[in-house]
Amino acid sequence: MKILVCISHVPDTTSKINFTDNNTKFDTNGVQFVINPYDEFVLTRAMWFKEKQGASVTVVHVGNATTEPTLRKALAIGADNAIRVNAEAIDGLTVAKELAAVVKNGGFDLVLAGKESSDYNGQMVPGMLAALTDFNFVNAAVGLEIDGTSATVEREMDGGHETIATNLPLVIGGQKGIVEETDLRIPNMRGIMMARKKPLTVVEPVGNPIATSTKSFEKPSPKGAVKLVDESNIDELINLLHTEAKVI
Amino acid sequence: MSVLVYASATDGKFKKSTFEVVSYGKKVATLLGTDLVAFTINADDASELQHYGAEKILSVYNEQLSVFNAKAYALSIEQAAKSNNANVVVIDSSADGLYIAPLLAVGLDAGYASNVIAVPETTDSFTVKRKAFSNKGFSNTVISTENKVIGLAKNSFGIYENEVAASVENFNVSLSGDDFGVQSTHVAKASGKVTIADADVVVSAGRGLKGPENWGMVEELAGVLGAATACSKPVSDLGWRPHSEHVGQTGKPVASNLYIAIGISGAIQHLAGVNASKVKVVINTDPEAPFFKAADYGIVGDAFEVVPQLISKLRDFKAQNS
Ligand SMILES: Cc1cc2nc3c(=O)[nH]c(=O)nc-3n(C[C@H](O)[C@H](O)[C@H](O)COP(=O)(O)OP(=O)(O)OC[C@H]3O[C@@H](n4cnc5c(N)ncnc54)[C@H](O)[C@@H]3O)c2cc1C
Ligand SMILES: Nc1ncnc2c1ncn2[C@@H]1O[C@H](COP(=O)(O)O)[C@@H](O)[C@H]1O
Repeated sequence: MKILVCISHVPDTTSKINFTDNNTKFDTNGVQFVINPYDEFVLTRAMWFKEKQGASVTVVHVGNATTEPTLRKALAIGADNAIRVNAEAIDGLTVAKELAAVVKNGGFDLVLAGKESSDYNGQMVPGMLAALTDFNFVNAAVGLEIDGTSATVEREMDGGHETIATNLPLVIGGQKGIVEETDLRIPNMRGIMMARKKPLTVVEPVGNPIATSTKSFEKPSPKGAVKLVDESNIDELINLLHTEAKVI
Repeated sequence: MSVLVYASATDGKFKKSTFEVVSYGKKVATLLGTDLVAFTINADDASELQHYGAEKILSVYNEQLSVFNAKAYALSIEQAAKSNNANVVVIDSSADGLYIAPLLAVGLDAGYASNVIAVPETTDSFTVKRKAFSNKGFSNTVISTENKVIGLAKNSFGIYENEVAASVENFNVSLSGDDFGVQSTHVAKASGKVTIADADVVVSAGRGLKGPENWGMVEELAGVLGAATACSKPVSDLGWRPHSEHVGQTGKPVASNLYIAIGISGAIQHLAGVNASKVKVVINTDPEAPFFKAADYGIVGDAFEVVPQLISKLRDFKAQNS
C-alpha cells in the first residue's frame, strides 16, 4: 500500500490572529507554525499501517520553502519521504489540483488528509482531491481499517456515526478518533536525526488559475463588557435572557 | 443564469437550517436579478420551500438515494444545476453538506467558499464574507470562477419568509453503479437527543464540575431548555463525557443562539470553537476566568449552587411563558 499524507502548515492553536498590509495579509510575526492538528491524527494512523501492514508513507505539502520545517517534522515522526509542491497555497481547488497531479504521478492508493485546516477552515481539499482523481472518499472519518483493498471507515455525522464499506483507491478526510490523542507521536532525537537524511523532493506546480482569493481580512468586532449578575439574583439573569437577549 | 439551493431533507423533513439556506439563496438570486431554484431529494412535502422564496422546486424521488451517499447526491445536484443553468449553488454546513460541497465544486469546476456568513458584498467581483482562523478572523473572499459554490455557515443569515407561487416539478437523475463505491453499512444515531449541530441552545460544562457523577444537573438544565449538552476537551479526554460532546477549535463548532458555559475557564482553543454563538453565559467561581471577557452575561459563583437554582427558576419561567 502506498500512502500519501497531505499536510497543511498552520498557526499553532494558541496564536493571536492579526493582519497587516491594510488587512490584506495574515501577519506571521511571532506566529509559530505547526502541522495541522487534524493531519497529526491521520499521519499517526499512517505510521500504524506502515508498521503493521508494511505500507510506505509519503507526506506532501503545497507551499513555499518557509514551510519545509513542517515537512521535516512529519519525516521525524516517521514518514519515509516528503514532497513539496512549490506554490503558494491560496485556494482549495488549486491546491487539490496540485495534489491530484502528485497522486497520479506517484501511484498512491490511499490518501490521508485532515478534515479541515485550522487556519482557513476550508474543509474542501480532501473531497476535491477525491473528485479530481476519481478515488472513493469518506469525510470526517473517526476510524479506518484496511484489509487488502477493502476499507471499513467510521464517519461522524450530525448526531451519530455511520459505518462505511469501500475500496482503495481512497481519500480520507480524518480527525481525532482515527487515532486517539494519547497515541499521537512526538518526534524523538533519533527521528529528528534520521529526518535530515530522508528525501524531500521539491516539484514545480502544474499551475492553474486561482478560483478563490482573499480580498481583505477582518477581525471580529470587540465585544462589549460582560454583564455580571449576582448569584443571589438568578431571576434577573432569566429576565435579561428573555427580554434583552431574546434567546429564551 | 439562476441560483440553485440544495434543500436537504432528513428523513423526508426539512430542518431550520434548510429554510435558512433557501432564505439566503433567495437574497442572492434577488441581488443577481434572477430566480431561485430549490433542489430536494426524497422530501415528503417539497412545496414548503415556496414560503421562503423558491420560485422553482425540483424534487427527486429515487430509491437509490434513500440512504445518504455523498457522491451520488453531489452528482444529482450537479445535474440539476447544469440543467437549470445555475452558476451559483448554495449548500448548508451540516456534516452531509460539508461532505457533498467539495465534490460538487469539482463537478461544476467551481470555486467554493465555505463558512460563508453574508450575502455577496458585490456581485461584479463576487465577494463573500467567510469565517476563518477558527472564528478569530474573517476573510472577504472573491470567487473568480464562472460557477460558484457557497457553503453557508449555520445560524449566520436567519430565516426569512417570502411567499411566492412556485412550480414544483419532479426531476430525474441518472446515476450508475460506479457512483456507489462508498456504501453505508450501519448507522448509529442517538435518538431523542438534541444534537449540537441542530441546537438553538447548548449547555456545556468543564473540568470545574469535578467528575462525571455531577453531570445530572447539566442534563437537567439542558432538558428544561431543550438544549444539547457539550463539554470542554479535557472532560472528554478524561472520559467523563463522550467525545461527540467535545466542542472547541479541535472539537465540534458551536453556532447556537445561546451557549451556557459552566465551570469552563475559556481557553483560546475553547473560545475559538464557540465564539460564533450569539449569546454566551458563563458560570464560574473565578472572576478572573478568561471566559468572562468573551461572555455576554456572567455569574461569579459555584456551579453546584447556581445551576440547581437556575433549573428551578427556569422551570417556573417556562411554566408561565408557555
Ligand atoms: C492543540 C490544542 C487544542 C485544543 N482544543 C480544545 C478544544 O477544541 N476545546 C477545548 O475545550 N479545549 C481545547 N484545548 C484545551 C484548552 O487549552 C483548555 O485546556 C481547556 O479548554 C480547559 O478546559 P476547562 O475549562 O474545562 O478546564 P479548566 O481550565 O481546568 O477550567 C475549569 C474552570 O472551572 C472553574 N471552576 C472550578 N470549580 C468550579 C465550580 N464549583 N463552579 C464553577 N466553576 C468552577 C475554574 O475557575 C476554572 O475556570 C486544546 C488545547 C490544545 C493544546
Ligand atoms: N497546502 C496544502 N498542502 C497539502 N495538503 C493540504 C494543503 N491544504 C490543505 N491540505 C489537506 O487538506 C486538509 C483539509 O484542508 P482544508 O480543505 O484547507 O480545510 C488538510 O487537513 C490537509 O490534509
